[in-house]
Amino acid sequence: MPILEVTDVSKVFPGVRALDGVSFALQPGEVHALVGENGAGKSTLIKLLTGVYQPDGGELRYRDEPARFATPMDAQRAGISTIYQEVNLVPLMSVAHNLFLGREPRNAFGLVDERRMIREASEILVRYGVTTDVRRPLGTMALGAQQMVALARAVMVDAKVVIMDEPTSSLEPREVETLFGVIRDLHARGIGIVYVSHRLDELYQICDAVTILRDGKVVHTGKLAELERIKLVSLMLGRDMSAVRREGFTGFAGDHTGAADAPPVLRVTGLSSRHRLHDISFAVRPGEVVGLGGLLGAGRSETIKAIGGAYPVDAGEIEVGGRTLKNPTPVRAVQAGIAVQPEDRKAEGIVAGLSIRENIALAVLPRMARWGLVSDRRIDKIVDTYMTRLRIKASGPDQRVGDLSGGNQQKVLLARLLATQPRVLLLDEPTRGIDVGAKAEVQALIDELAADGLGVVLVSSDAEELVEGADRVVVLRDGAVVGELTGTNVTTEALLETIAAAAVSSEEPHDN
Amino acid sequence: MTTEALVRRPTFDRAWLPKYGVYAAIVLLVLYNVAFTPNFLAWSNLRIQLVQVAPIVIVALGMALVIGTEGIDLSVGSVMALAAALIPLYLGYGVIAAILVSLVAGVVVGLINGVLVARVGLQPIVATLALFVGGRGLALVISHGQLKDVRNDDLIFLGSGDFLGLPMLVWIAALLVLVVAFVVRRTVFGRRLLAVGGNRAATELAGVPVKRVLIGVYVLCAVLASIAGLLAVARIQSSDASSVGLLIELSAITAVVVGGTPLTGGKVRVLGTVAGALLMQLVIATMIKHNLQPSTTEMAQAVIILVAVYAARERKSR
Repeated sequence: MPILEVTDVSKVFPGVRALDGVSFALQPGEVHALVGENGAGKSTLIKLLTGVYQPDGGELRYRDEPARFATPMDAQRAGISTIYQEVNLVPLMSVAHNLFLGREPRNAFGLVDERRMIREASEILVRYGVTTDVRRPLGTMALGAQQMVALARAVMVDAKVVIMDEPTSSLEPREVETLFGVIRDLHARGIGIVYVSHRLDELYQICDAVTILRDGKVVHTGKLAELERIKLVSLMLGRDMSAVRREGFTGFAGDHTGAADAPPVLRVTGLSSRHRLHDISFAVRPGEVVGLGGLLGAGRSETIKAIGGAYPVDAGEIEVGGRTLKNPTPVRAVQAGIAVQPEDRKAEGIVAGLSIRENIALAVLPRMARWGLVSDRRIDKIVDTYMTRLRIKASGPDQRVGDLSGGNQQKVLLARLLATQPRVLLLDEPTRGIDVGAKAEVQALIDELAADGLGVVLVSSDAEELVEGADRVVVLRDGAVVGELTGTNVTTEALLETIAAAAVSSEEPHDN
Repeated sequence: MTTEALVRRPTFDRAWLPKYGVYAAIVLLVLYNVAFTPNFLAWSNLRIQLVQVAPIVIVALGMALVIGTEGIDLSVGSVMALAAALIPLYLGYGVIAAILVSLVAGVVVGLINGVLVARVGLQPIVATLALFVGGRGLALVISHGQLKDVRNDDLIFLGSGDFLGLPMLVWIAALLVLVVAFVVRRTVFGRRLLAVGGNRAATELAGVPVKRVLIGVYVLCAVLASIAGLLAVARIQSSDASSVGLLIELSAITAVVVGGTPLTGGKVRVLGTVAGALLMQLVIATMIKHNLQPSTTEMAQAVIILVAVYAARERKSR
């Protein structure tokens, strides 16, 4: 008998069907993995289970009765606790206060019984591996310890169901072990756990069952032990193992021979950033497209941003055209010839309120000016060139970029990058959220730029795009390079195998 | 998952009000005054109005630039006081020296504001609050809290003299309007400023030295405020650190907002700001001429600000 169950639920947002006839059942004492790529509907499903959203259709049952949670508070009172990626507690208050927030023990006068609270908090937290003074402000503790406090708090409320959304993303390996200990304990007490994570070996270590979402639908549900890793990955990415190889599916023409013996235009050595990137090394030759493969959270975007000077780096060296980039910042990276197209076009790419002209010229204003005075004539020339070359469809260069379609916004962004005359182009999901026609155009453009001698690094969650667009694919997992596909080996099958195999082989170090 | 608005309604009617509303309001008020206020068109009256609005315009220009970067500068009134307090101290070295010293004071305050906002990462309202409080305090310390008469013919000419039939103050304000409009439209700095206000993260990734731009904006704003401060001394022929520039930050912000510059940054309306300052001045003058209580005037100002903010509010679904 499931403790929490949804049957045939849907959720529609304007223009998007986020969930489409999804059914999901959680048994008591079960650790149930919920997996899927970005936009698959995981967070929407969690929000339906916890009262943040109401389903547009279908049924929600909790403890064998039809249920309706009007607010997250309702769900929590009923015994469904959620732990989010970011800790939702009060950093300035003490650990003990955070743990008991809203249900502090009272003394005879109805005031908060500080002493009892501190004593109980210490006792409870020891079980979660937190041994620091509970009177310390929560914000002064390590993120992992904060997460443990959040977890302790969630379980304390007499929870029947605990939902964990990427709980290990900010934990150290030792803390992950503590977390797993707590999960096993909850499991033994018959509490149902929904576990969302992209780390495959974690899933196989701790979860009993799995439900895979893709494009708002359930594509698989069942026992995790019975599902091969490679199968799990292919289901997640939506690639049928046997029927993958089809040429000409994307706008890419084929291989770029490049200059095989030319010195690399970009060389990254030992790039590391605390928790996120571990000793990443690769090189890109002029005229070559190097793909970065891996699942969500593998460190692809972080790698790209680190090279572009926009992500903190602890160690490692970045060389552009043989010259080392010292203390990378975005300003220095652009000057060195690195151009970054960030993943989130609206937040980090375009300036929506400004015109196409201003957006394209943004990075090269000093070159378009004399004595600090901008020459509109020079800007118009360059804007004209790129609007024609990239076939940007707009009423004119003065149109607001925010009013353009996604594809044209992306082209404006690319035009801005190209105007800096870069030597290396780093593209993070260049075709996400743009229509099919523009997609093919952007892909063809990447080909063309590589043919012109640029070094291109391509990140894409679309396996086909990655395989057909890239000459080589460097596969990342948990912030480290775990494999490289070259030559005839650059296929979707090989990519999926490397991602899955990486998860298997890395389990060994865990044992010692 | 992002959801694009599927339907885009025509925006003609909505865009009209923030763009031209302030000019229309000025025309209406002028027509009303021409018809109903005796001696409104008398040169002496217009002259008084222009002289009174000039310092607000100068301060508001700097404020418009700061607001264009999605910031705010509360310290402008204190900068005026600081500049005013320094003038009598250095007048002995000549009027040029005194002016230079008060401008340098503006640069220093601007640097502090800019560094707090751009490098330390404080919110502009908090960062500039520090000097809003401390700046006037320092000005009072410098002047020993005393009102000092300023008798220097050159300075008095700046404050009360005429040139080609117009007060010097108006000439200076007009010149600064042209300079700021030129900076916004034609310089690398101006274009970068708008991009920073429009999307700081994107501008940073594009390789623009965002911090330098922000510091520059706060320096420019403080220098404009110190010009307003020294002109205030020149006009009233005395320096009183406790009253110069008091509450001017509010008038300046009002002028900027009423002029159609959005508080969300990414856009600066220089002429609109001038018009905003003129409109508020006209409202006050009209009310006074018709013997309305100051409280009524304040309420009328409040209504105008609300209308301006309402009209300028951004469409959320984009």
